[in-house]
Amino acid sequence: MLLIQCPFCGERDLTEFSHGGEAHITRPANPDKISDEEWGDYIFFRTNPKGIQYERWIHSHGCRRWFNAVRDTVSDEFLGFYKSGEQPPKIKRRKVLRK
Amino acid sequence: MSQSRRLVKGGRIDRDKPLSFVFNGKTYQGYEGDTLASALIANDVRVVARSFKYHRPRGVFSAGSDEPNAIVQLEEGAATQPDTLATCIELYDNLSATSQNCWPSVEFDINEINSVFMRLMPAGFYYKTFMWPAKLWMWYEGIIRKAAGMGLAPKHPDPDRYEAIHTHCDVLVVGGGPAGLAAALAAGRTGARVILADAQCEPGGDLLAETDELEIAGEAASNWVSKTLAELRDMPEVRILERTTITGYYDYNWLTALQKVTDHMGPDKGGNLPRQRFIKIRARQVVLATGAIERPLVFAENDRPGVMMASAVRTYINRYGVLPGRSMVVFTNNDTAYQTAIDAVRLGAQVTVVDARPAPQGDVVTRAEALGIQIMDRSVITNLHGRMGVKCVTVQHLGEDGTTLLGKPIPFSCDLVAMSGGWNPTVHLFSQSGGKLRWDDDKTMFVPLAGPAINPSRSVGCCNGTMDLPGCLAEGLAAGSKAAKDAGFGTGRAPKAIKATARPEAPLRPLWEVSCHGHKSRFHDFQNDSKVSDLELASLEGMVSVEHTKRYTATGMGTDQGKTSNVNALAIMARIQGREIPAVGTTTFRPPYTPVSFGAITGQDRRELFEQVRTTAMQPWHVANGAVFEDVGDWKRPRYFPQGSEDMHAAVLRECKATRDSVGIVDASTLGKIDIQGPDAAKFLEMIYTNAWAKLGVGRCRYGVMLSEHGMIFDDGVTTRLSDNHYHMTTTTGGAARVMGWLEEWLQTEWPEMEVYCTSVTEQWSVASISGPKARDLLAGLTDIDLDPEAFPFMAVREGSFAGVPARIFRISFTGEVAYEINVPTCYGLHMWETLMEHGKAHDICVYGTETLHVLRAEKGFIIVGQDTDGTCTPMDVGMDWIVSKKKADFIGKRSFTRSDTAREGRKQLVGLFTDDPSFVLPEGAHIVDTATPKPPLRALGHVTSSYMSPNVTGPDGVNGDKGRSIAMALLQDGRNRMGDTLYVALMDGRVKTVTVTDPVFFDKEGERTHG
Repeated sequence: MLLIQCPFCGERDLTEFSHGGEAHITRPANPDKISDEEWGDYIFFRTNPKGIQYERWIHSHGCRRWFNAVRDTVSDEFLGFYKSGEQPPKIKRRKVLRK
Repeated sequence: MSQSRRLVKGGRIDRDKPLSFVFNGKTYQGYEGDTLASALIANDVRVVARSFKYHRPRGVFSAGSDEPNAIVQLEEGAATQPDTLATCIELYDNLSATSQNCWPSVEFDINEINSVFMRLMPAGFYYKTFMWPAKLWMWYEGIIRKAAGMGLAPKHPDPDRYEAIHTHCDVLVVGGGPAGLAAALAAGRTGARVILADAQCEPGGDLLAETDELEIAGEAASNWVSKTLAELRDMPEVRILERTTITGYYDYNWLTALQKVTDHMGPDKGGNLPRQRFIKIRARQVVLATGAIERPLVFAENDRPGVMMASAVRTYINRYGVLPGRSMVVFTNNDTAYQTAIDAVRLGAQVTVVDARPAPQGDVVTRAEALGIQIMDRSVITNLHGRMGVKCVTVQHLGEDGTTLLGKPIPFSCDLVAMSGGWNPTVHLFSQSGGKLRWDDDKTMFVPLAGPAINPSRSVGCCNGTMDLPGCLAEGLAAGSKAAKDAGFGTGRAPKAIKATARPEAPLRPLWEVSCHGHKSRFHDFQNDSKVSDLELASLEGMVSVEHTKRYTATGMGTDQGKTSNVNALAIMARIQGREIPAVGTTTFRPPYTPVSFGAITGQDRRELFEQVRTTAMQPWHVANGAVFEDVGDWKRPRYFPQGSEDMHAAVLRECKATRDSVGIVDASTLGKIDIQGPDAAKFLEMIYTNAWAKLGVGRCRYGVMLSEHGMIFDDGVTTRLSDNHYHMTTTTGGAARVMGWLEEWLQTEWPEMEVYCTSVTEQWSVASISGPKARDLLAGLTDIDLDPEAFPFMAVREGSFAGVPARIFRISFTGEVAYEINVPTCYGLHMWETLMEHGKAHDICVYGTETLHVLRAEKGFIIVGQDTDGTCTPMDVGMDWIVSKKKADFIGKRSFTRSDTAREGRKQLVGLFTDDPSFVLPEGAHIVDTATPKPPLRALGHVTSSYMSPNVTGPDGVNGDKGRSIAMALLQDGRNRMGDTLYVALMDGRVKTVTVTDPVFFDKEGERTHG
């Protein structure tokens, strides 16, 4: 059961949250001006890293605010939480215990 | 004789409180403080169960949750519990238990015939034997389940109450043995919030099985335990959870525990307390002090009743005052079993020690010899006699290679074999936490290596491979202090060391399997009847991976999770494969550590507390008037209102007809309603919906469709402009929460600069929708709003009063009739409804439910999102090109319309279907094909999405009338180019129905009735 630090409410159980996929994917400003490939990239393709991922969460059974987190997808370790619109924290490359 | 094996004194039982209990129909006596196992041993009941596969007689084996044999069915009727461990059942008065997996009785079991044919039933037996013919598998399975099953599941609902709760602490100490007590003490003294969880009825761990010779802090160990518990109980921040097993260790130090609150009292004796509590604990720091489990020795016929673990024998002697055998052979490869020999001899037992080690030396050996115990060194048991209980063992010398047997076999008469093959640290929870193990060659055991950062824990004492008492105490104190410091309490310095009796141990001699003569059964997994020969066969048949071998031989897959069998099996596999033990690898330990009843996990979340039920303000009226309900999301919605003996079909035909003839009324309160306000509200809706919103006049309504970015419809509804910057949006009933989340997501993450506020108001408003030719007449007498079609046109809203209460009335229609959706604050909902029903009598009002609602809208070809669409439908696919703005530069999903797949010809499109047989209603989901004689393989051209009997539609053959005529909507490949085509619908039962493709609008195509 992940323990998540909502930037607005504090530490809460995973069950109060919903995962929103990879963060920092901006909707293209002029969809009509971009190619099918670029549009397809926006709606379908995600990085899915083994390691550090910047991702979105929403405190759906709490304050209902969206925010961002940095998580190591191998160890499930959270390396930081920040509000939407804030700069992501810099994460150094690090060795993690592989499961 | 009653309790013939009970010692005259000693033990932690209360001899002033005798209890009587029934096992397999026979009444016995025991004492408070006994377990069912100790009481059975006291009464010399040797055969307690039959084994899983071969139905071999089995007796009590251990004294704890590692028990693989003594598994019983506890109590009868609704309160019965299968697969309970006799070693973990605290005795209570009038307890009743029976043996499992035997018929007609545990003494004489027909299926023991399996044992005779044992060589014909090797590993993988089921897979090999029962493969063919496939049709008979169900029959085979029935026989196998009966023969190989465990206990019987109760047939009645569980009568007990359970609680599932959450709790938090700074330091969770798992296990109340010496290391755990020391850790709790050190952590507790810092003021940290500490939970000490211990599985037994009293903490103390193995110290409870000790004699007073063992000293801690200058006094008998049991005194130290009492004093330590007293000190802990005085600490306000320390909680001691007795009878509580930590069953699972999950991410971020989230652990689950099962507390057996009243199990020890017996059924119905717990008063207001729950039977069990499932506790979900979030701990900042964890100290694991889970101890170690003694390893069995794998020798010939080692599963016979009377073969027990040496430490268990000692527990029965010292803790329960029971001597399990008077003539005992202690079979060991290490020092610890000598304590059992010493304690037994002192109580008058005859003891011989068979030690695999050559010339064992050391303090404990010397003490044993001083008591006159015969020690046979470099010796092993090579055979054992006594089907229903040990009678005799054969002992032989063991060569230096560890396998060769030397010299003459020597027989020993005995009634008990106490064995010890060393110890396995109980690393289950550590492993569950993601921790890695290391093989310690000196100690001959797996010990914790490193745990993951997200689960800060410390293993102390025996579960860390530290087997001596002073070491356990020291580790406990140090870990308790450090854990508290890491949680923000104290300095991290351990309290003063606690002195304790040291018992130096000589090294053991690894002995993973004991050679024997001929084909003898040597069990490594008792619960699953898995033998050395099964592991050898698995290897021969190509199983290399430990995970494959485990599944093929069922090793470690019982309710005991291989507590006694896993390491022995790994070592034997290593020998077979010619590898070192760590090279074979370990299996993954999975929760739960001990079985957990579903009732405990469920806790209070059952029946009406399991899932929330939402009802509208009009629910009492619906119930009183005989509504038949259906679930829509969490809502209970009336499906239809049968009159007299009507079935659904008759009721729906009547309701449909009445609505088009006079006026119908439906409770529409469940529709999702979202209040949208803010200066950017119009701009926001322009992006959310496909059509234009900026110029919608105040007081006007518009239907809208929402798309995902893929261009696919995901919800629809009517939104109304109440003022310049204020909108009232409606959504589908089931989609309300999803739409609310969708709006919030875009506003928060993509367009935070937009000033728009969304509020769910679904439950603020009660809604009655009246429609039909007499709807206006009905409403006229009840409101001050001008209903003249000029003043209050279609797709408009008016505010005013209705039956004396404030109301918003929307003139919108889902039936194609003149219709009004009357919204009043929910507190007036029932008043509004009753007023309409009362005044409606004069207008032949007819109440209807969701079924009629669906028929009426299908007659008009209106889609239901999620029924007629499935997440792959664009507005164009469902014939709603008109709702897509050609002028707007952008809206969500627009760009995807020009993707090649979305723009291609021949996509599945919404059409109507008329069956040739007007009385046959197609099943929804049925596939449309282009041949009257379908044979696989066959491509489906589409499927039926909605299908009803309609009393209002006239078919191409001119058929309609009171019995109705079948209509259907369907998604059909290239559907709009197939208008008028004849196609076929293939049914599950093999029948094929002929259909004609038509426009999906079946009734009043021009919409004259709506605008009337």
